[in-house]
Amino acid sequence: MEIAWFGLVVLCWVLFSALEGFDFGVGMLAPVLGRDDHERGAAIRTVGPVWDGNEVWLVAAIGVTFAAFPDWYAALLSGLYVPMVLVLLALAARGVAIEFRGKVDTPAWRRRCEVTLAVSSFLTAGLFGAVLGLATTGLALDPAGAVVGTGLERTLAPLVSGPALAGAALGVLAALVQGATFLGLRTTGPVRERARRAAVASAVAAGVVAAGVGVAAGGTALRSAVVVVLLAVAAAVAAAWRSEGAAFAAATLGVVGAVVAAFTAHVPVVLPSTLDPASSLTISGAAASPYALTVITIGAVLILPGVVAYQAFSYWVFRRRVASERVA
Amino acid sequence: MTALELSRLQFAVVTVYHYLFVPLSISLSALTAGLQTAWWRTGQERYGRATMLVGKLLMATFAVGVVTGLVQEFQFGLSWSAFAQYYGDVFGPTLAIEGMLAFFLEATFLGLWWFGRDRLRPGLHLATIWVVAVGTLISAYVILAANAFMQHPVGAAIDPETGRAVLGSFTALLTNPVVVASFPHTIAGAFMAGGALLLAIGLWRWRDGADHGPTFRLLARAGAWTTLVGGVAVSLTGDVLGKVMTAVQPMKMAAAEALYETTSHAPFSLFAVQLPGWDEPWSLDVPWLLSFLATGDPTATVQGIEDLQAQYVAQFGPGDYTPWIPVAYWTFRLMIGLGVLAAAVAAYVLWRTRRGRDFEPAWFADRWLLRFLWVLPVLPAAAATFGWLFTETARQPWLVFGLFQTRDGVSPTLTPVELVASLAGFALFYGVLAVVWVRLVLHVSRRDPDPLLPEPRADEVDEVDERALEPTY
Repeated sequence: MEIAWFGLVVLCWVLFSALEGFDFGVGMLAPVLGRDDHERGAAIRTVGPVWDGNEVWLVAAIGVTFAAFPDWYAALLSGLYVPMVLVLLALAARGVAIEFRGKVDTPAWRRRCEVTLAVSSFLTAGLFGAVLGLATTGLALDPAGAVVGTGLERTLAPLVSGPALAGAALGVLAALVQGATFLGLRTTGPVRERARRAAVASAVAAGVVAAGVGVAAGGTALRSAVVVVLLAVAAAVAAAWRSEGAAFAAATLGVVGAVVAAFTAHVPVVLPSTLDPASSLTISGAAASPYALTVITIGAVLILPGVVAYQAFSYWVFRRRVASERVA
Repeated sequence: MTALELSRLQFAVVTVYHYLFVPLSISLSALTAGLQTAWWRTGQERYGRATMLVGKLLMATFAVGVVTGLVQEFQFGLSWSAFAQYYGDVFGPTLAIEGMLAFFLEATFLGLWWFGRDRLRPGLHLATIWVVAVGTLISAYVILAANAFMQHPVGAAIDPETGRAVLGSFTALLTNPVVVASFPHTIAGAFMAGGALLLAIGLWRWRDGADHGPTFRLLARAGAWTTLVGGVAVSLTGDVLGKVMTAVQPMKMAAAEALYETTSHAPFSLFAVQLPGWDEPWSLDVPWLLSFLATGDPTATVQGIEDLQAQYVAQFGPGDYTPWIPVAYWTFRLMIGLGVLAAAVAAYVLWRTRRGRDFEPAWFADRWLLRFLWVLPVLPAAAATFGWLFTETARQPWLVFGLFQTRDGVSPTLTPVELVASLAGFALFYGVLAVVWVRLVLHVSRRDPDPLLPEPRADEVDEVDERALEPTY
C-alpha cells in the first residue's frame, strides 16, 4: 500500500516537472527568442491556456505527499523553509505575470510582465532543481524529523552546497531544453527557428552538466546520469535535424528520468538524514493510516483518469501553432 | 516576538490576503456563467459585453487566488509541521481530494474558456465556464470541511500510542454540521463581494456617460441584486451557523457577546462604550435577542465565559481557555454591520433605478454614494475578513478545538529570523500584487467592454507550411 502511494507521489511530481518544465522554459526563453512584442506574445501564448492546469500538478503533488506521507511533507517543507518560501514567491510572480500580461494594452506593461516572467521562471526552475538535489543527499534531520540549526543559515546555507547548485543548474537547463523544443513545436517563422537553435545549445549544455554530476556522484546516480545524457544528446540531434516532436519527447523523457532517479535514489528511504541514518525518513515510517490511504486511493482512481482526459482535450483544442505575424 | 507569534501572524496575513480574492473568484465565475447563459439565450449584446468584462475581472482575480492559495497549501508544512504531522491523516486527504477533484477542473477549464472563445462551439464554450463555477464551489466545500474539523473535530480518533489523529470516516468529515452550516454562509458572503464589485463598476461607468450605457446599467443592477440576495442569504445562514456554533463551541459565542456570566433571557449588545466615571462599559442592548439568536428560544439560558472557563479547566486541565474578548466582540459586530450596510446600499440603488429609471443624483444620498463608490466593494470583503478573524481567533487557544492547542502546532526548529524574512517577503510581494491588481481592475473597468464573440483571429495557423521551416534570413 505504501509502495503504491509512493508511486503515486512520484507520478504527481514527475507530471508536474514534465509539464511545468516547458512552462518555465518558455517563460525564460520568450523575452530572449521573441525580438518584438508580437513574437514574445506568440511565445507566451503557447502556454497561456495550459500553464495553470499544469501547475495544479504541483497542488496535487503537495496534497498527495501531505496526504500519504505527512512526516515527509512536514520535514521537507519546514526543513527547507527559506528555499520553499522563495519558490512560492517566484511561482506567484510567474503566475500573475502570465495572466496579467495581456490584460493591459501598453508595451511598457507587457515588457514588465515579460521580465518578471523570465526572472521568476529562472528562479523557480533553479530552486526546484536545488530542492530536488538536496532531497537526494539529505537534510540535517533530528530524530523528530525536524531540521536543526540556528537563524537564517538553518535552511539558507544548504542552498549554496554542491548538490543544490548542481540540481539548480540541471533544473534550469532541463527547463530550457524543454521550453525550446516546445516552442519549436508550437510556433512558426523566426521564433521557431531561434527556438531550434536554443534547443540544440541547451541540450548540449544539459548533457555536459548531467555527465559531470553523474561522474561526481558515482554509484546509482552515474547510471541515471548516463540515461539522462543519452536523452539530452537525442534531443540535441533531433532538434538539429528539425524533428521537433522527437526533440520535445526526448527532452521530456530526460526530465522524467532525472526526477524519477532523484526520488528513488535511496528507496525505501525517502529523505535521508545527514546527521544519523536512523533519523532518515522511510516510506513506511512517514506514511499515513491505512484508512486515509484508502480514501485517497479511491479518490485518485476515480478522479485522475478524468483529469488526464480533460487536460488532454485542452491540449488538443490548443494544438495549432501560434504565429507571431498579426494580420490586420 | 517568538516563532509561535510570528508563525501565527504570518498565517493570518497570508490567509486573510488569500481570502480577499477567493470570494471574488467564487462569485465572479458564477456571475460570468450566468451572464453568458443570458447572452446565449437572448443574443443581446449587453449580456455578451458584460460577460467579457466580468470574465476579465475573473481571470485577473483567479490568478491572484491561485498563487496565494498555493502558499496556503505549503503553510502547513512550512511553519506548522508539528500540526501537519499530528493531523496529516485528516488534513492531507482533504487537501489532496480538493486539488484532484476541484482545482484541476477550475484551472484547466478557465484556460479553455478564455482562450477557446473562437475555438469551441458556443454551447461547449458556455459549459466550460459553468464547470469553473462548479469547481470553485467544490473547492470551497472541501476546504471549509477541513476548517470545520478544526472548529468541531469529527470523523477522526486519536491514536493512543502516537497521540496522532487517525482518520476514521471521511464521510463524517464531509458532513460535519459546522461545514454544512458554514458553506452556505460563506458562499452567500462570496456573492455579496462579487455583487458589490459589479455594482460599483457598473454604477461608476454608467454615471460616467460611457458608450455602453445598457451594459453598465445591467452590471450595476445585476450586481445590486446579487449583493442584496447574498445579504439576505448571509444573515439567514449566519443565524443557522450561530446556533450550530453555540452548540459546539459555546465559548466562541459567549466571547462574541462578551457575556461573562451565564444568563437567561440574555440581551444582544449592539455596541458598547467605556464611559468615563463608569465601572462597566455602557452597552446598547436588545432584550432577549442573544438567547433567541443562540438557541431559537428568547428565554433560554446562555452560558457565560466564566462558567465555561471553569468547565474547561475541569475538562482539559489548568490553563486559560478564554479567547481575546474585545477582538471577538468587535469583529463579530463589524462583520454584521458592514454586511448590512452593503446590502442596504444595494437595495437603495435597486429602488432608485427601478423600472428603467436612470440613476440621477438628485438627492444628497446619491451624490454621497457616487463619491464613495470605491468603498462599496470593500464592505463585503471587510465583513468576510472580520468574520474569519472572529471565528479563528475566538477558537483560540485551540488549533483543533478541544484536542490540539495552537502553541503545539508550530514547526519545532523554525527560527524567528527565518519567519521575519519570509513575512517581510510575503508582505512586500503581496503589497505590490494588491496595487497591481487594483490598477488592473480599474484599467479593465475603464475600457469599453469587448463583445463576447471575437473577430476571427489571424495569429494562429492550422497546418505547417513546409517553407516556414527554412530560415528566412
